[in-house]
Amino acid sequence: MGEVKVLGSWSSPYGLRVQWALGLKSVEYEYIDEDLLNKSQMLLKYNPVHKKIPVLVHNGKPIAESAVILEYIEETWPQQHPLLPKDPYERAMVRFWINFLDNKDKVAPFITFFIGVGEEHKKAVNEAKELLKLYEEQVLGEKKYFGGEEIGMLDLAMGWMAYFGVIEEIVDVKILDAETFPRLHAWIQNFRAHPVIKKNLPDHDRLLQNYTEKRQRFLAYSPHTENA
Amino acid sequence: MQRLKIAFKLTKNNQTRDQTSHTMDDEVKLFGFWASPFSLRVIWALKLKGVDYEYIEEDIPHNKSELLLKYNPVYKKIPVLVHGGKPIAESLVILEYIDEVWPHSPLLPKDAYERSVARFWAKFIDEKIRPMWEFFHKFGEEQQKAIENNFKILKTIEEHGLGDKKFFGGDQIGIADLVFGMVIHYFAPMEDVMGVKFIKVDTFPRLHAWMRHFSEHPVIKDNVPDYSRVVDYLNGYLDIINKMQKG
Repeated sequence: MGEVKVLGSWSSPYGLRVQWALGLKSVEYEYIDEDLLNKSQMLLKYNPVHKKIPVLVHNGKPIAESAVILEYIEETWPQQHPLLPKDPYERAMVRFWINFLDNKDKVAPFITFFIGVGEEHKKAVNEAKELLKLYEEQVLGEKKYFGGEEIGMLDLAMGWMAYFGVIEEIVDVKILDAETFPRLHAWIQNFRAHPVIKKNLPDHDRLLQNYTEKRQRFLAYSPHTENA
Repeated sequence: MQRLKIAFKLTKNNQTRDQTSHTMDDEVKLFGFWASPFSLRVIWALKLKGVDYEYIEEDIPHNKSELLLKYNPVYKKIPVLVHGGKPIAESLVILEYIDEVWPHSPLLPKDAYERSVARFWAKFIDEKIRPMWEFFHKFGEEQQKAIENNFKILKTIEEHGLGDKKFFGGDQIGIADLVFGMVIHYFAPMEDVMGVKFIKVDTFPRLHAWMRHFSEHPVIKDNVPDYSRVVDYLNGYLDIINKMQKG
């Protein structure tokens, strides 16, 4: 069905969503890893508006924005492993929740959890826990996956949770624990175990090293650092 | 398993109810606010497709109805579309839903790539709407920055988004047009109140032409809030901001 390229970054959950989607649909693609501190000419050409990954390039035509890319993948390869339900109302619910969790306000607590300190950090922990509670009780509920019996588009969007444990390790604070969030915890195990996902998870040690350095850099320059 | 039970029931238009849980004939309600560009884009979509609906005007922001809070507990905002009793919030999600349930007069093209381009621009413009309004309620240097930012945003929209097309959707109004439509009925009054005009025939000729085409469309023309009413509303909003600034 033509040449497929993915411009991504090894640890970006937004890029991984796209790789996972193509993997689930058994679509072959060429993966191009971008150094986000040194973006390639190709990336700038294919995504002049945002200059961000991921970008999917199909037969030379680029598509940016992970949510838009996922819809394109679903429409272009509809038969293999459908990522959206058939019913329009249920599809709307999936889109609603992807839109919700991608919202800057809903991502911020987890970022602050990672690089914040003091009061700011405490606040972020509480906000993050509230969001996780919402995801566990209202969005996942009793289902095996957010998509039901099979991984769906919403699971891919929630995929960042699958390696959130490394962040918790670095920060040395656990919020997504099995006792408080048994269903999310079970979901993480199932999601990570799926052969397509397992093949495309960022390496634990590499994440640990890379993200520890990243956090140290943020804390060193942060005006809020208690030790400063 | 509701879907199985109603699988082969014929509706009054002799449409077979298939696997979907709603037909085009189920009752449609829209909770909106007269001045909101977010509910207006849903009204436009329904009107373009000739879908009958009951409109419920919400008293935003201080007196939201119990029903609205019940139908949108997550955000507690309008617009909310309720179809056959089931609520959908978030205007872009609502627009996609409407286009799927009532596929005639489509808001998205057929080709998957073209659809991705339309969705990209609908999302881009949607995310720039609040930044574009910053010039209206900021002061001094912050306002200057906001004004400069608007020129950058509009340049991107004109060059990369609209290009040489009549509408973002090509020859017909599409989803991105409905999102950008806020410039004719909400942004334009803001410009008037602040005395700053962004989209002029010499600054953004293609967007300027787009505004003319969009506002002349029979469905759009008949479904915009009264301009002077919006001006009054915005002036009232500015008064509140000014009072807050003065503490």
